Amino acid sequence: MKRVLIAEDLYLLRDGLVHLLQAHGFTVVAAVESGPELLKGLIELRPDVSIVDVRLPPTFTDEGLQAALAARAQLPGLPILVLSQHVEQLYARELLADGSGAIGYLLKDRVFNAEQFIDAVHRVAEGGTAMDPEVIAKLLASNARHEPLAALTPREREVLEAMAEGRSNAAISQRLYLSESAVAKHTAGIFAKLGLAPSDDDNRRVLAVLAYLNSR
Amino acid sequence: MLRRFGQATALLALTFVQLLVIVFSFLALFGTFALGMVFLYPPHVRLVRRLAEDTRRRVRAWTDIEIASPYLPKPPPPQPQADGMYRHDRTLYKTPRIPAWSDRWKWMLSDPATWRDGLWLLLDPLIKVLLLPVFITMPERGLRFYGLWCELLLSATRASRLAGQVSHLNRVRNLAADSQAAEMRRIERDLHDGTQARLVAIGMTLGAVEELVEKDPVAARALLTKAREASADTLTELRRVIRGIHPPVLAERGLADAVRALALDSALRVTVEVDLPHRPEAPVEAAIYFAVSELLSNAARHGDARSATVDIRGDGPYLRVTVTDDGMGGAEPGKGSGLLGIERRLAAFDGVLAINSPPGGPTTVHMELPHALPEHWAGSLPKMPRWKAVTVAVCWGLAWCPLFPQGLVAGVFKIVGADEKSWFLALYLPGPWQWPFIVGMITLGIAMYVLATLIPGQYARQNRPAWATPLSTGCDR
Repeated sequence: MKRVLIAEDLYLLRDGLVHLLQAHGFTVVAAVESGPELLKGLIELRPDVSIVDVRLPPTFTDEGLQAALAARAQLPGLPILVLSQHVEQLYARELLADGSGAIGYLLKDRVFNAEQFIDAVHRVAEGGTAMDPEVIAKLLASNARHEPLAALTPREREVLEAMAEGRSNAAISQRLYLSESAVAKHTAGIFAKLGLAPSDDDNRRVLAVLAYLNSR
Repeated sequence: MLRRFGQATALLALTFVQLLVIVFSFLALFGTFALGMVFLYPPHVRLVRRLAEDTRRRVRAWTDIEIASPYLPKPPPPQPQADGMYRHDRTLYKTPRIPAWSDRWKWMLSDPATWRDGLWLLLDPLIKVLLLPVFITMPERGLRFYGLWCELLLSATRASRLAGQVSHLNRVRNLAADSQAAEMRRIERDLHDGTQARLVAIGMTLGAVEELVEKDPVAARALLTKAREASADTLTELRRVIRGIHPPVLAERGLADAVRALALDSALRVTVEVDLPHRPEAPVEAAIYFAVSELLSNAARHGDARSATVDIRGDGPYLRVTVTDDGMGGAEPGKGSGLLGIERRLAAFDGVLAINSPPGGPTTVHMELPHALPEHWAGSLPKMPRWKAVTVAVCWGLAWCPLFPQGLVAGVFKIVGADEKSWFLALYLPGPWQWPFIVGMITLGIAMYVLATLIPGQYARQNRPAWATPLSTGCDR
């Protein structure tokens, strides 16, 4: 049973998330609705995973994001999945900056697809990464003109996108209808073209790719 | 020295032209007001104004005295009514010629600057003759005196300065209102065609699900998936609209990070430098954000640029933004590149935009907004230094004493030969000292009053904000 904390100021959404997570076998240890409460909860309860809205009272700016960053500065690698009505590369960078993984950044719409959302929550709880496809699309679009990326084949690009979102080889093979060995071959090709050191660990590999894309 | 002599000589030589103009003006005014030959009036005013403008320019070039044009802004061209006729007072005209002519006539006649110009023209030759000895002995000083004299009659009055500001603000308000209305229409269209239509579709799908759920659960399930996808699409659409109204990252993080976010999303390699002591007002932030966004996408789309720099900094009361890219250049405001839109947006805050984009690049766009930073909101005039304020207060408070009791009243007592000495100090002095003392007191009183008026006036003139100077006769701002 994973212990989860929820921070969301809209009652309907908060309640919905509580039900959804309980139905999928999580224990909700706290459901808070403001920035200060959130920071306190994160530090004191150390939940196995937290689901945090970016915009929270009292300032309704990026309260949630700041609380998440502050908590992770104290407790490195504390698993947090950030939800937002809009995604920004800027925020994604800030969340990824410490390089310790166990981080997620998704659009609120992704909650609609319960199965994928729960999958992302599990991934983050286990120290993995869950980046919204829209962040990855923006990341790749702003890198589009740069050399090594332009040299990737369309298939390799698809694999890179899925990998950057935080998916494992098994998940990628399912999504793209490829065999796992074919995915492994593509990832090796991508790493060679981008000049990155290959790694067997899924999480390390994802972080390397994101760091590469963000460094441009 | 020699140059000053030359300049003084030129001024004196101009007197002959002035005399000719005076003669012509007399004839024109006589013709206009005595004989009803009204057509003579406008050329006369134009001629005098030209002469006055010429003198203003000369004084500016030859001394450090800045004389701004005082004329009220030109009347706008007459607008036709719904039936295509032009109205002036109670008469309708088919063409705009006569109403325009009447407007112009009224504009010239009612502008106090016209009459001040006339007075200046009449007295100017006399002043020059009086200044002749100074011109010959100390040409530099003579030119300065002449400049001061011209400033007295040719400079802008408070009224004309205010009129200039009012017409400028009017124009800016219209621009702002127009662009806001256009913005509203765009948002309305986006919501109407996009979001609203999608919500209707979702509602219809859900209605169909309601009917099918018992008869054909499989089909209902498929429709539900469709409805969910449609709601996700609606959200995407709505997100785009919101970005166009006020980007969320701007609301959450302010200008600096919002521009950094823009830079990250751009296809160019963008370096961002922000150096602001405080956050500007929210509308100013939004205007700058959209301007930078537009400029970056222009650079990527039309300019074929690879990298760009954005520099935002506070400089005293100014907020300066510079966007440079290494593209092909050749950007022009007229070419529908959105530059006009940016200009219009900035105009609402008295901001200006300058483009330097030679063919072949690089393109530099410089934007400047006055009074955009919080520390300069309060009062456009900084406070006077303490010693000046104290001097002014002392002068106002005490000038009456030397002027009236010790000066004028003592003088009257002396003339009348009254025995009473009261507290009039002059009357206690020995005989020959009495009159000089009285005159001295009167002079001191007057001098104190003059000082008390001059110091604040001069201070206000030196520290007048740039936008408060009157506009020239044209509508070039």
